[in-house]
Formats: sequence, C-alpha cells, structure tokens
Amino acid sequence: MSMNSGHRQLLLLFSLVLLHVFMVVPGFFAPYDYSEQNRELPFSPPTRLHFIDSAGRFHLMPFIHPFRASEDGSAPYVEDQARAYPLHLLKDGAPYRVLGLWTARLHLFGVEQPGRIFLFGTDDFGRDELSRMLFGGRISLLAGILGAAMAIFAGTVLGVLSGFYGGWLDGLIMRTAELFLALPWLYLLFAVRAILPLHIKTTQTLLLLITVVGLVGWARPGRLVRGIVLSAKERNFALAAKAMGASNFHVLRWHILPGTYGVLLTTAALLVPQFILAEVTLSFLGLGVGEPVPSWGSLLAELQNYSVLTSYWWMYLPACSLIVLFLTYHWASTTLQDKVAEVRS
Amino acid sequence: MKATATRYRFWKWALLVLAALAGNMGPTAAAGPQDYAKSGGETGEPGGKLVVALRSEPKTLNPILSVDVTSREVIGVLNADLIHINRETQRTEPALAKSWTISADGTKYVLQLRREIKFSDGAPFTANDVVFSFELYLDEKLHSPQRDLLAIDDKPIVVKKLSDYSVEFDLAKPYGPAERLFDGLAILPSHLLEKPYHDGKLQQSWSTSARPEEFAGLGPFKLSSYVPGQQMTLQRNPYYWKKDPRGNSLPYLAAVTFLFVPTEDAQVIKFQSGETHLLERLNADNFTLLQRGATAKGQCLQDLGPGLEFQFLVFNQNHLDSGKAPDLVAKQSWFRDLKFREAVSLAMDRKGMARLVYSGRATPIWGNVTPGNKLWLDPNLPHPERSIEEARKILQSGGYSWNSGGTLLDPQKRPVTFTIMVSSSNVQRSKLATLAQDDLKQLGMDVQVVPMEFRALVDRLLNTKDYEAVLMNLVNGDVDPTPEMNLWLSSGETHLWDLGEAHPATPWEAELDHLMEAQMTTNDPAARRKLYYRVQEIVAQNLPFIFLVSPNILVAAQSTVGNFHPAILEPYVLWNADELFVGRAGAAKCQ
Repeated sequence: MSMNSGHRQLLLLFSLVLLHVFMVVPGFFAPYDYSEQNRELPFSPPTRLHFIDSAGRFHLMPFIHPFRASEDGSAPYVEDQARAYPLHLLKDGAPYRVLGLWTARLHLFGVEQPGRIFLFGTDDFGRDELSRMLFGGRISLLAGILGAAMAIFAGTVLGVLSGFYGGWLDGLIMRTAELFLALPWLYLLFAVRAILPLHIKTTQTLLLLITVVGLVGWARPGRLVRGIVLSAKERNFALAAKAMGASNFHVLRWHILPGTYGVLLTTAALLVPQFILAEVTLSFLGLGVGEPVPSWGSLLAELQNYSVLTSYWWMYLPACSLIVLFLTYHWASTTLQDKVAEVRS
Repeated sequence: MKATATRYRFWKWALLVLAALAGNMGPTAAAGPQDYAKSGGETGEPGGKLVVALRSEPKTLNPILSVDVTSREVIGVLNADLIHINRETQRTEPALAKSWTISADGTKYVLQLRREIKFSDGAPFTANDVVFSFELYLDEKLHSPQRDLLAIDDKPIVVKKLSDYSVEFDLAKPYGPAERLFDGLAILPSHLLEKPYHDGKLQQSWSTSARPEEFAGLGPFKLSSYVPGQQMTLQRNPYYWKKDPRGNSLPYLAAVTFLFVPTEDAQVIKFQSGETHLLERLNADNFTLLQRGATAKGQCLQDLGPGLEFQFLVFNQNHLDSGKAPDLVAKQSWFRDLKFREAVSLAMDRKGMARLVYSGRATPIWGNVTPGNKLWLDPNLPHPERSIEEARKILQSGGYSWNSGGTLLDPQKRPVTFTIMVSSSNVQRSKLATLAQDDLKQLGMDVQVVPMEFRALVDRLLNTKDYEAVLMNLVNGDVDPTPEMNLWLSSGETHLWDLGEAHPATPWEAELDHLMEAQMTTNDPAARRKLYYRVQEIVAQNLPFIFLVSPNILVAAQSTVGNFHPAILEPYVLWNADELFVGRAGAAKCQ
C-alpha cells in the first residue's frame, strides 16, 4: 500500500485521536455500565449480529438473538431464535458521567430490554467485556499519560539544571539518576501500598502509585535532556544570545528548550505505553484498581487463570486492543523521530 | 479449624483433628490375636510408583513442630498414630493401639499396643516410644501445637506405662470426643530422638535437611531423598504393620514422589500431561476443564460434595481504642448492630455465589456446620431466602434511611461505607467479594474490596485489628465440634469478630461459652448434639459471621490409580496411602 507521508501522518493523528476519544467518553461508546452484572450469563460468548432473518429477508439494521442456557449441555449457551431484538443507534440506557461534569444516558448503540448485546462477550459475572474494556482504557490511559508526564516533567527540570549549570550540580544529579535507575521500584511500590490506609479508594491508590513510578522514572528522560542541553548551550545561537546580554532564563526558554521538544515528544510516545504496561503489571500483582472498576491490567489479569485462558477466547480481546494501541504509539514515536531528524538536518 | 488461603493456614493448634464422634463412648474393643492390622481395600498390585504434586515444600518433617498443611501431609504418610480416624467412615479405628478401654467415668483410657512391630529402621516399637512421644508433645519448652489439645481443662494428660505393650492415659475431666484425641499424634522413635531431646536439640532434629538415615517412623513410607525446590521421594517401609485381606504386606506402592508445584494451574497442567497421578484441592473451573478431556483419558474426577470448609464475611467488632482509630470505632456502631448484620446476610446472593464462583459446585450455607458434616448439622436451622426488600425493611426499622441518590444513611445520617479485605492470591474469594459488593450496593452501601497479600491480611485480622470487614474461610479438621472451641469461646484465640474478650461481651456469647465447655466435657452423645445444635442456633441468630457458601471437595486421579477413595476429611486423597496402588488403566473406580 502506498501512501505519501502527509496522508500517513493524518491517518496516524486520526487514529490516535480516535483512540483517546473512546477513552474520554467511554460511556457513550459502551452499551452498558462496566459494573452491571448479568448473573445468569457468565462467560457468554460475543453476541452475533444478524442481517438476514429466518424468512430470508435482509435487514439493513442488524438484529440479535439473545443467548440462553442450553438445555442439552452441548454448549453453555445457545441463541434463542424465538426472540429477536433490532440494534438501535443512539439509544438511551444506563447513565454515565462525561468528564465527571454532567450525566448522560445516550449510548452509541443498544438493544431493547430484556435483550442484551455483548459484542465482546461477558466475563465471569456476566459483565459486558466491551464496556469494561472501554471504561478500563480510561484508567489505563490516564495512568500511562500521568506516568509519562511525571517522568518527563521531573526529567526535564533536572536534566536542564544538570546540563545547563554543570559542575557539582551535574555530578550530583547524574549520580542520583544512576541510583534511581538501579532502584527496585516494585518493592518501593509494595512499601507505599502497605503504609496507605485501607479506605483510600483503589483508583486513587493506583494513580498515586503511578505518580511514584513516574517520578522514579525521571532518570532516563533526564539524561536525554541533559545531553541535548549540554550540546545546545555551546552552539553559536546560544552563545550569541548570551553575548548580547540575555539572561540565563531567556537563553534556556527561547534557545535551548525548543531543541528538546522533538526528543521529548518521541520519549513521551515511548513512555506512555510503558506506563500503561506498568499499570498492567500493578494489576497483575493485586496493586491495581479494585473491583468493580476495570482497567486493562485487571482485564488481562483474568487470563492468568488457566481455565479462562484455555476456554474463553473473547477474554483475549482486551489484549488485542492493547496491541493496536501500542503499535499506534510505536508508529507515532518512529514518525516523530523521522520528523525530528528531518528538522535537524 | 484452619484458614486455607492458598498455602498458609494459621490456626495451627486449632486445626489439629482431635475430636470425637458421638456414639463411640464406653468400653470399645477391636482386639484381635494378630498384631498386623488388616486393610479392607481391594487387593492391589505391588511395586508401583505414585507421583503427587504439593503446593509448597514441607517446612519440617518433625511432627512436634509442624504447623503447615504440607508438612502435615508428608508427615502423615511417614508416621502413624495410636488410634486413627478413618477418613471415609469418619469413625475411629485401631492403629498402633490394637484395642482400648475407657473407664466408666470417662477419665481413664487404657490402650493395648501391637506387639512385635518395628519402626522403618528395624528397631522395635514399645510402650516406651508412646510415653516418650507424649512427653515431647506435652513439653512446654517445645511449644508443640498439639499441646493445647492435650490439656483438658488446662490440666495436661498424664501418661503411664503399664507394661511394654500397654499404656494408661489419665484425663482431668471426661473428654467429649474421647479416643478421637489420639488421631494425628505421630508416635516417635525414642531410640533416635531421646538423645537430641535431652541435649536440648530436638527443635533442630528432623528438619528437611536431615539425612534419610536420621529418620524412622511407623508409617507406610520412609524418606528416601529430598531435592530442595524440586521433589521429595519416599520409599516403602518394609516393616509396616498392615496387611491386605490376602495377607500381602502393605503398602503396595514401592515409592511416592512429591513434586513441588506452586500453583494450582501448573498442577493441573502436570496432571493433564500425565506427570502426576493425583490432584486434590481442585477449583471448580479447573475441574470443569479437566472433565472435558477426562472420558478420553479415563481419568477419574470426583465431586465429593460439600466439605467442611465455609466461606464467610466477618465484621470487626473488636473493642478498640477510639483515640487510635476514630473512623473505625464510629463504623463499629453498625457492625455491632444485629439489624445491620441481618440485612447484610439477607442481601447475599448465596445461590449466585455458588453458581458463578464455583460453577455450581458449592452449597449455600447459613451456619457454621456445612452440609458435609451430616452428623452434627442442625436440620432445623432456618435458611432465609435472599430478599433485598426484607433487608431494606430491617434497616429501616433500625433507624437507617436513604438519601436521594440511594445511599444508605445510618441513624446519625452518616453514609454507610466500608471496606472488605480479601486475600489477593485467592481467585474464588476475590470473586465472592465482588458479588457481595454488588449485593450490598443494592442496599445503598458503598463497599470497597481491598485485595491484600495473605500475611498482611492475617496481621491486620489478628494483630493490629485494623480492618472493617474481611471475607475469608475456615476449614474444620474434623466433624466433631471440639476443634471449634477456639472459635466460639469468648476467650478463644480465633474468636475472630472480637478477639480476646476478658468477659463475654454479650449474653449470647456467654451462653456460647457455657455450651461449648459443656459439650466438651459431656460423655453422652445425644446431650452433646443437643448442646451443639443450640450453638448453631445462637450463631445463626446473632450472625457474628455472615456465612456464604461451602465449596465442594473436588479431586482427580489417573485411571491407573487403584483403591482411590477420596474423603471430605483431610488429607482428601492420601489418607489411605498404604492401600493405594498404581496398576493397569482402569484401576481407578469412579463412584
């Protein structure tokens, strides 16, 4: 497939924005609330969309047959052909909050009650996996962006100080960076979790832990920024500005920092998935958000169970969507890198 | 009783199976002229090798010091006791003692020992070994977990040697469970352990790092080799004291190998690939998974029905210093409110729990005695159906109300919100907590589930008492109520909802104290049953625990394992290790 670089960048931008829009208003795209249980439908496979009914008529708007427990035991569920529910677009359903500001009830799609549509199947409590995945992305992306922002912010401040002023400050900051690189952060997190009181909401705990991971992770971006600052401050434009009487702050703000933007953007594109993975790891270790709030980490943690791993293929879907997201980020980081190289040359 | 969050079980002393079954009182005799015991199983093929996976490594092989389940399981096949509880019939049977008599007042037991039988190193077994073993169990300096159970009414049992083959035990008071007392108390070789004991080195003896020659036991197997982190191999004890009905020496197996496999999933995979022969403690998901391939492979999968384990929710009613934990102390006004606990209990979807968490392989329960314990279960205990409406009415009558958002407010108009602590390593229990959370949401309670590492959880539960509610389990080691003394006595060390009460905090707790003590020192089985039924009634009425479900015992064996008779008493599958054999395919008979 040939695509010129302008188109490619547009497509990239579009997919990144789309992925994040899903996460900003998951309630709109999700047909149900993430915690709504259907205790009679645990581990239901994805609902099938039908376009042609039993009489052979074609329907433009697909319809579904609800699942019911099978009587002969050959499969856990069978489609109840006697009942059909057409899919509705822009349908009212469970209330959700938009950006924590106002409550809405409108969903992108849905079916009439008592019909149920589970496009990604259900989990062990009969909760809609698609809704959980969309809502889970909220926590995971927030963790990723928050962690990356923390690491980049702390890294930039310390890297600039280190590179620009040099001397003993540089030595101190860089030795501390080495110390942080060698720190076993997992044990640090266990220690932080152990001293927190029980009643702190687990979502808050997770964000706190991610902040800690982010702050601990300042060393790599810090080193990068220091390198750039070191070389930039010796370059002619910086020296010229200094010679014309510009203050240190002015030189930093207008002549040196802009040189780091490209690298920082690339680092961010690399760090966000890394911190999403950190959230996944934390959930695996039971340090993540607690039930019933979903996160991609906790959705994946269910696959740790051997019987789930071998019996219910739709439980892999969160993992697949993680791969798509990571690839998009990876694509973004390589494109940015090319761009930075282009501008530099 | 014990908690089974994965590997660790913390009520060590209470967990020992020392209790009695009604109907076994008075002089009993199972005497026979021969000194070999006869087994009742099917005649097996000698020489097979059995491989079993253990969740963890045994921490010690010293019966005096062992507290963890894995150590006890291995020790169980290396040693023998005087009188044994048959796990299948749940009744006592002669072991090293071939017969016994109990005096009319129930305080004096005389045991006749088998003659001319030998330890696994060939040394003879006599009354000296029995007296020596009990000396160790009763020695305060050794802190044996069994000591508490050998002190009836705080007075230790007195053991006297009458002759080389008879021993007398004197009790301060009659003991309800009678000769069940002797089950699980391994008899140790005085010729090997007397010296280390007198040198004060017994605690270092028989650790897992000791050489196989340092051990000798009266069990069907003896230690052959141990590779830390991998496996432990036992070989047949040629001097074992049981024979099959045809006169062949037991055990049939030439060797037993324990592999250390830390997770259940890994154990299932090893079983599927045929590397191990037996599986105990299967969860329902894995059981269903194995069932799919079982018919093709001829594996025998058995659902033994409800065991003696129960899952429950308990609220923190400990008397705490209000200065230190003001929030918690304020919430305790709900936890101590019977109406609050009644409403919580009524809101629990026990059937849903059994279905969703255990694939239906569990039974809803409303009391501490599980349906697996048919002898002691009070059949008249009420089973109130789940009703959110009823629960709301009860809360309303207790002064609770709801705000416009549906949040439950207590009589002081504070929103009702609390946390449920749960072991993070136990998948089933985490799921139960999630369901309970959703059930309580329907009453307007804002509940948070806090998964916690098991040791941290136990520390909060027993030491710091810094928690609001906890969802956990207990397993009775025996059907008899006596091992529950520690749980129901107000001074008991596992009186979980309010630990270490100086005086019973409520009249019903005082009545529990009285009833439990009376049943322990009563000889009449009918009277004991009546007392224990009343205990169950009080517990069900006052709900110190919100009982949820009792999971079924699920086990599996390869088709080649013969005499496979799993039982709901621990050890579920290895209790008859002396009769098990590995033979032709189809040896395992699935009931």
